[in-house]
Amino acid sequence: MNRYPLWKSLLFAGVMILALLIALPNLFGQAPALQLSRKDGELFTGTTALNEVTATLAREHLDPDAAFVQAGRILLRFKDVPSQLRARDVIDASAPDSYAIATTLASRAPQWTRTFGLKPMSLGLDLRGGIYLVYEVDVDGAVKQVLSRLERDYRLALREQKLQYESVEGGAGGVDVVFKDAATATKAQKVLEGLDSNVTLTGSTDGLTIHATLSPTQVKQRQDFAIQQNITALGNRVNALGVSEASVQRQGANRIAVQLPGVQDASEVIRLLGKTATLEVRLVSDAGNAMEAQATGRAPLGTKLYKDRNSRPVLLKRDVVVTGEQLTDATSSYQNGEPSVSVRLDARGGDEMLRTTQENLGKPMGIVFIEKERQLRDQDGQKVAVDVTKEQVISVATIRGVFSSQFQITGLTAREGQELAKLLRAGALAAPVYIVEQRLIGPSLGQDNIDKGVRALEIGSIALFIFMAVYYSLFGLVANFVLLCNVVLLTAFLSLFGAALTLPGIAGIMLTVGMAVDANILIYERIREEIRLGVTPHAAIKAGFEKAFSAIGDANVTTLIAGVVLWSFGTGPIKGFAVVLSVGILTTLFTALMGSRTVIGLVWGSKSAIKRLPV
Amino acid sequence: MEFFHSVPRYRFMAVRKICYVISALIIFGSIAAEAVHGLNLAVDFTGGVVIEAAYTGAANLDGTRNALKSAGYSEVTVQNFGSSKDVLVRLPPLGEKESPNDVTAKVESALQTVDAGVQIRRTEVVGPQVGRELVVKGMQAMAITVLLILIYIAMRFRWKFGVGAVLATLHDPFVVVGVFALTGMTFDLTVLAAVLAVIGYSINETVVVFDRVRELFPVMRKETPEEVFDRAINETLSRTVITKVATLIVVVALYLFGGESLRGFGLALIVGIIAVTYSSMFVASGVALDLGSSHRDLMPSERREPVDDLP
Repeated sequence: MNRYPLWKSLLFAGVMILALLIALPNLFGQAPALQLSRKDGELFTGTTALNEVTATLAREHLDPDAAFVQAGRILLRFKDVPSQLRARDVIDASAPDSYAIATTLASRAPQWTRTFGLKPMSLGLDLRGGIYLVYEVDVDGAVKQVLSRLERDYRLALREQKLQYESVEGGAGGVDVVFKDAATATKAQKVLEGLDSNVTLTGSTDGLTIHATLSPTQVKQRQDFAIQQNITALGNRVNALGVSEASVQRQGANRIAVQLPGVQDASEVIRLLGKTATLEVRLVSDAGNAMEAQATGRAPLGTKLYKDRNSRPVLLKRDVVVTGEQLTDATSSYQNGEPSVSVRLDARGGDEMLRTTQENLGKPMGIVFIEKERQLRDQDGQKVAVDVTKEQVISVATIRGVFSSQFQITGLTAREGQELAKLLRAGALAAPVYIVEQRLIGPSLGQDNIDKGVRALEIGSIALFIFMAVYYSLFGLVANFVLLCNVVLLTAFLSLFGAALTLPGIAGIMLTVGMAVDANILIYERIREEIRLGVTPHAAIKAGFEKAFSAIGDANVTTLIAGVVLWSFGTGPIKGFAVVLSVGILTTLFTALMGSRTVIGLVWGSKSAIKRLPV
Repeated sequence: MEFFHSVPRYRFMAVRKICYVISALIIFGSIAAEAVHGLNLAVDFTGGVVIEAAYTGAANLDGTRNALKSAGYSEVTVQNFGSSKDVLVRLPPLGEKESPNDVTAKVESALQTVDAGVQIRRTEVVGPQVGRELVVKGMQAMAITVLLILIYIAMRFRWKFGVGAVLATLHDPFVVVGVFALTGMTFDLTVLAAVLAVIGYSINETVVVFDRVRELFPVMRKETPEEVFDRAINETLSRTVITKVATLIVVVALYLFGGESLRGFGLALIVGIIAVTYSSMFVASGVALDLGSSHRDLMPSERREPVDDLP
């Protein structure tokens, strides 16, 4: 008798049933779909909006195959791309500006799988098309920004205190302030110490120079902060695009990878992602008439002509009270029940604001919103990138009290307030970024890749199954069954992790199949050896599994080492391959050792006398 | 069905010295091929711009080159990719001031002058710094993999086996890279992944033979170590052949049907599997043997009597 312990067989069966269930949604494939999200960033609750949309579509005889609300967004699945695109136009025409509509892919899996929270693997960019961008954050630039601000602050403070200095200069990792005599230097050190407690000041031996330096931890903090800010900023802008399954992730020390599946217009997307915003505070000029300035196109001396949000002209003074560089934070909040944006300034900006408000009580002050973006322009038939700056006065208010480093901007809607705070935060704190990698995969190539990848997988697997069945007869069929279990289990794991299936991932699955079969071959060859030695069939099965175990174990652990190293060093496609390879080894060990034994035990284990093993 | 009805008695270890020479020649040849032909590295490593486009009819390669030249790109390569309609345009890395977007837009409009219906299937712009980093990272990954595996094998077997396994493993990537240098096929990220997979696979193979050596040493006390190694390879030969056939079936399918994107990956694995078979049998075992592996190395360690039993 050669029965495998019942609990182990049951464990195997249980795991496989669960795996089959989890992997199931992948079988149904995906269909073109539309994802609708609310333009104001709120989530859909209930089905009112959903019913409205489906009713609109029904009037145009467009019936989605499925329509439901998922994670606060409406998902409409269609049978083909033409009806998907027609539906988009219909919805857009019927309710312009109420939805952000994104084209996407949705699983064809039936409703109940969603109820259980089961999702298929999403497809990687190489399989469905889309844009992949890698931004590099200029972390040194972020530190330089801090130093140059420090430099400005020092100059101003010293001038204010009437302390004569020879020079204030930013160098590597710090700012050097040089004085003519040691006495001034000593006095100045006290003044500078009061400005920013985070900076370490050290005097030189001759007592003439003060070095201001940032500690390594501060530098690191500032760099991390810059990256985090950029991730937040890019994340916000990506969300605003309404692309489904988009991702923004930190990559390595100073890079950010952005994935936008299904998006095709690279230049448009990059333009939107590259938007930065900042603000300036200026006093409203009383020297002249804004209307007149607009009519003549000439602003009086010392003033600058702007437009407000209703395109009315406003004359502001040329002297800037506070610039965007002095802004340290912006949050949206409510002030006396009215939406507002609370802005925070650094010490320098605060001082300036304090003085201005003291001197100009009762006078109006304007806040200018400045948005920069790169645009492609046609110039003599060539496309040229131009930096476009949009300036707009977003608020003019009378100074009713004295304030310094913190103030509110009011007169906006809640949505505008949130948007402004986001933009300001991103604009104020973002270190310079530039694109170091940009990949665009067209939808037709994606489809080609998936078709060919799947076909190669099918042909390879079937050929392998035939070979195994011919060479090992019934035991070969067992091996094939176990291989199928392996693929199901692997798919289940990948679906569970929310991993995206990529072309290298498909290659990894194939390689797993090709290598997993080795474990079975090791066992079967052992069984044959034992039989040749004249051992009884039952003893041969037992010995085959036991003796093959150490080889299977050691061989797979070493491959696992390669897989894990690959995973930790790789990026993008390599990582996907490594994950599949590593998880594949674990599923191989489980299915080949436990699965094979269970099946063989079930079929041959209970027979008391076997004359010949079909191996 | 069975290819090997009884355990064969080939004397593999007798020819190991010849194999060392062959291996040395292969490694030397591979380095020479890389030096002479150079490796056709993809933009993943060199940085640069790749644009894959599909024309409506057969692609006019010279026309495409001229159109790009008049758009200001003289250093371009244009070649067919997969079919006669598809072309692959490759440009050198961008300068500091150029934005990836502008360049792809310019190339696109240049291609449109050749064929208005041209469809851009893929564009890749990789900065040179990204590529450089990738080369360094790839090397690091390989070094760490090899080191960890050496430690693992030394722990599970003996250091002599570890050295043999690692030498055999290092041998295999050379073969793969050499073939890519000779054929001029593009060496991209997925091929690098395949090379690293080959390393894993190579170790896998060596371990199976070593496992048998470990098992045979205690039962073959009278035979020489050389005979033990020969016997181990012969006993696992059937499995070695069948496994290779099985894996090759899958990998060849990948090479033939996986499309242009997976062709390099498939080729690297096909070459790798063949190299692995040779190196795990001849190089790994040979080195372990020549380093003086003997019965003493793998005898089960003598059990110490528990202290309690002492009088």
